[in-house]
Amino acid sequence: MCATCGCDANASSSIRQIGETHPHPHDHDHTHDHSHSKTIIEVEKDVLYENNLLAQRNRGYFEARNVLALNLVSSPGSGKTSLLERTLTDLKDHFTCYVIEGDQQTSRDADRIHATGTRVAQINTGKGCHLDAHMILHAVQGMKPAENSILFIENVGNLVCPAMFDLGEKERVVIISVTEGDDKPIKYPDMFHTSTLCIINKIDLLPYVPFSMDKVKEYARQVNPGLSFLEVSCTSGEGLSAWYQWLKEKVQEPEHV
Amino acid sequence: MHELSIVMSIIRIAETESAKNNAIKVEEIELEIGDLSGIEITAFDFAWQQAVRSTLLEHSKRKINHIPGEGQCMDCAAVFPMQQLYEPCPVCGEHFVSVQKGKELRVKSLVVN
Repeated sequence: MCATCGCDANASSSIRQIGETHPHPHDHDHTHDHSHSKTIIEVEKDVLYENNLLAQRNRGYFEARNVLALNLVSSPGSGKTSLLERTLTDLKDHFTCYVIEGDQQTSRDADRIHATGTRVAQINTGKGCHLDAHMILHAVQGMKPAENSILFIENVGNLVCPAMFDLGEKERVVIISVTEGDDKPIKYPDMFHTSTLCIINKIDLLPYVPFSMDKVKEYARQVNPGLSFLEVSCTSGEGLSAWYQWLKEKVQEPEHV
Repeated sequence: MHELSIVMSIIRIAETESAKNNAIKVEEIELEIGDLSGIEITAFDFAWQQAVRSTLLEHSKRKINHIPGEGQCMDCAAVFPMQQLYEPCPVCGEHFVSVQKGKELRVKSLVVN
């Protein structure tokens, strides 16, 4: 039996023998049958089942403690850390927040978050291009987030790989900045397909860049018609109140049973 | 390059299942990879060659069943082949499409001895 979730780890496999078995008589008065043939193991197992199992374990922990876990994904430089710095500073008196930072190297982002007075864990993935549920499990074990808190997980800046790895988050938030192309949602569809909220950042720079707000939303809705949008600027503060309102509603939202 | 993580997971599954069956060699491994699963086959091949060295899968025959994408329109219920996630329903033109097939990423079977 699996120690993580109590499932029967053998249940998904069945064994089918090919070829004949034959008896082998030898020097005592009974025989033992055995096969000289190959064995086919019907594995039928999702390649990511181990990650998904740990993700569900994380999810159960977060639900039981009403921790709003958010997986923040984007390309590098879209302003994830700046958005977090601003959010953590502005919401300091309203929510208990925690941050898990994922980067290939250095603790530079975690240092920036730490400076806001927030409890933060840094995960360095080394050569890895994404966070996985196992890393989150261990980061959370050390962190022990309080009940009714918010846990921001800042994934590695990469619009491709993190899309495949469930961390156990409640919502996946994809961030795009107006200095990127407005066709990103269809160039990197997986990330927009698996997210529930899209934050469009750096809107204070809109007058200077050829970025169409209508187009980016149209493209993103082609990939994911259910996606919601928030337009913000961490520099001017425009649109941030709607983001804070979204967080507040999510923390207070009753669990679906 | 998440393909390397994917290959490592496949190796772990093959080793676990082989150990359960006291097998010392994997002759063949059969995989199911959907066309919309987010796996780039060239990157997958590259990662495979490097990662299977000195594992049970080093000399295994690898069989990949590619599963083409299939969507169903949530508006008009039409079922149609999907090459990309952002394709609209070819019947009514809506984007409310549920992916029915093509996201698979599974180890289907092993032949061991």
